[in-house]
Amino acid sequence: MKYLSKRNLLIVLIAAATAYFYSKDGSVTTSVVSTATSFALPLALAAMVGIMCERTGIVNIGIEGTLLTSAFVAFFVSSLTSNILLGLAASIAVGSLLGLLLAVMAVTWKMDQIIAGTIINILATGLTSFLYVQGRTIPSTFPEYDIPKLMNLPFFGPVLFMHGPLFYFGLFVILSLYVALFKTTWGLRSRAVGEHPSSADTAGVSVARLRYINVAIAGAIGGLTGSFLSLELVGSFERGFTAGKGFTALALMIFGRWNPLGALAAAMMFGMTQAYANQLMIDQVIQIPTQFIGVLPYILTIIVLAISAGKVRPPAAEGQPYEKADA
Amino acid sequence: MSDLLEITGLTKQFPGVLANDNISLTVKAGEVVALLGENGAGKSTLVKAVFGLIKPDKGQIKISGNVIEYGDTAGVIAAGVGMVHQHFQLVPVMSVTENIILGDEPRRGFFINRQSSRKQVIELSKRYGLEVDPDAIIEDLPVGMQQRVEILKALRKDVKLLILDEPTAVLTPQEIDELLLVIRNLAKSGVGIVLITHKLHEVMAVADRVLVLRGGKAIGFTSPKESDEAGLAQMMVGRSVVLRVDKKPAKPGKAALEVRGLQVLDDRKLLSVKGVDLTVHSGEILGVAGVEGNGQRELVEAICGMRHRVSGQVLVAGVATKDMHPHAVHLAGISHIPEDREKHGLVANYSIADNLVLNQFDQAPFAKGWVRNISQVNSNADAVVEKFDIRTPSAQNLASSLSGGNKQKVVVARELSEDLKVLVAAQPTRGIDVGSIEFIHNQLIAARDRGAAVLLVSAELDEILSLSDRIAVMSGGEIVAIVDSKDADRNYIGRLMAGMKA
Repeated sequence: MKYLSKRNLLIVLIAAATAYFYSKDGSVTTSVVSTATSFALPLALAAMVGIMCERTGIVNIGIEGTLLTSAFVAFFVSSLTSNILLGLAASIAVGSLLGLLLAVMAVTWKMDQIIAGTIINILATGLTSFLYVQGRTIPSTFPEYDIPKLMNLPFFGPVLFMHGPLFYFGLFVILSLYVALFKTTWGLRSRAVGEHPSSADTAGVSVARLRYINVAIAGAIGGLTGSFLSLELVGSFERGFTAGKGFTALALMIFGRWNPLGALAAAMMFGMTQAYANQLMIDQVIQIPTQFIGVLPYILTIIVLAISAGKVRPPAAEGQPYEKADA
Repeated sequence: MSDLLEITGLTKQFPGVLANDNISLTVKAGEVVALLGENGAGKSTLVKAVFGLIKPDKGQIKISGNVIEYGDTAGVIAAGVGMVHQHFQLVPVMSVTENIILGDEPRRGFFINRQSSRKQVIELSKRYGLEVDPDAIIEDLPVGMQQRVEILKALRKDVKLLILDEPTAVLTPQEIDELLLVIRNLAKSGVGIVLITHKLHEVMAVADRVLVLRGGKAIGFTSPKESDEAGLAQMMVGRSVVLRVDKKPAKPGKAALEVRGLQVLDDRKLLSVKGVDLTVHSGEILGVAGVEGNGQRELVEAICGMRHRVSGQVLVAGVATKDMHPHAVHLAGISHIPEDREKHGLVANYSIADNLVLNQFDQAPFAKGWVRNISQVNSNADAVVEKFDIRTPSAQNLASSLSGGNKQKVVVARELSEDLKVLVAAQPTRGIDVGSIEFIHNQLIAARDRGAAVLLVSAELDEILSLSDRIAVMSGGEIVAIVDSKDADRNYIGRLMAGMKA
């Protein structure tokens, strides 16, 4: 019974549908799923930002702002220096700084964490709009790197092994986070801090320190995600570039039960929906305005949240500043 | 043998309270020392000082001969002092093994070495004879088992001195017996143990020596051999002068509040009120005496509709009241002075005037239909502030700006309306100044004389003795005796409270 949850059923259904389509038309299905994977990865990575933070008890609704700022910084630093690696480095640095800002507000100042995250979002929208300059370009995007041999696999080759370097790195980050969270001492301590901070504290684990570290690393992952969007996936930047991906990521985090692999699966489901919708439109199977296709991810977010609401259990100490028992 | 713990002349003054007054205590290896005292006697202050969590004003604490500096909690732990907290420090969603190794995990590189962790837990559990399932998830375990994990967690760090803070407060009688056995075995293996408690039979069963604290002072050392439970009770409760309250003899009328066969669960879903029958007549005060945690809180909450009644009835003037419906219960005629005034008595961010009409803001004269009559609210507030001597510049100030005693006066003033039928007063004078206590006592007597039935629940035996016309003693979720206050003997009631057969 353990594996027969609604969400697993969804994953099985999607896999079955994909297998069916593949048997009908292999090349189209492969290209659709490959597109879906590209859509899914940044969402999954952004969900990792949320997982890192919330597993230690910090609510981060500033993911959207972190993505937007770092995508902006990645693009403009690359454009100004004509070096996309510098752009990548700058975006990761800015992401970490925003993480530290959240940590200062949430841990040191014990601010309401929803407000702290909102501050980051408003800051990001304001700054990137204000500093935005039209007509700039970057020398190139991160080039696709096809992994030898593996790329020749049917279906899985194009889907998993014909992407840019940040895609592979992102996937590596997600898998490592899963292992780290559940198999290492860092993971055990982080989860303890997120569930019952005073237990961790009395066992000699510094709650504040671990929260700072994790929120800052989460910020760096957010920075990476921003770079992935503007330097690898799209190759440009405009106002409101991230279009709510940071919030979608929060929904995926919840749907994936704060588990990196769960969030990755949820993101994949999202990507598939969008890719299929696009394909249907290209094939002119359905005649609907493109705007409706664009709305689809947001509607799906609402449905996903409605399904998971009340059935998942967030880390118990989430959103609560930790106060040592007063002496 | 040398002293593991040596406290000399410890004094700590908090604003308004002398929490520890020149207390000295030594604990040797293999010895069980009980710290016995009522709530607020200064037990936890003493323990916090040992852990370097508070700075003593005077005195010195040595562990194995080394002086403890304020703030050096880590040093205290490293010196081999372990603590079993009253509130378990366990992560509910994690396994027993994970909880025990947390903070000092067996590793293989970055990774947790699961096998050796598990082995350590099993060995630890064998060594001390404390059986646990290393893979069980904490939240699935019964409380007694959780405490076992908590103890193992403390023992893992080569503890020389183990402090147990009210360890039996949440345990069932069987679990308590097991724990006492564990404590004795630990002492036999050479661990020094400090047992903080207010339960006499535990002290008698397990302690080598007893330090009795009362009001921050060390009343004296004794031992189970030299004393008995009655003697301990006397030392613990003291024979301080009872605050005398002038009152005329009661003129009890008809039964106003009847509780029949009431059974209630506590927050842990355990039966904590085990079939209570009570009758309070109009014009009398029935006091419920008992050591805290014997079901009084659940009893009060169930009567007032704040907690589900598993079975049984609460009747006002012969009419049954609705379960789990505080408003209906209030309309039926039960007023309630809640135990926790900050949480259940007041809305801190409302004005004093609004707080004074919280229970009738929607009724005439304070409202007309959907519209509040603010001028009535304000004139009522000004009158009450005057009458109850609530010390505030204005009734428009926030309730949070008041002192504890004045907050309580606001609650009491609101609940004591002219046509009061039944009043349930829980710990009505807890933590407030003597002047306010006297005032509130007089108000309760006045309410009685106006014909109200008053159910007074208090952990202060003095308060019960001086106010009540009849006294019900509650122990282990049952009313073990009801006595007329004229015949009430302090020691007799103290023994009943401690769960002894009179």
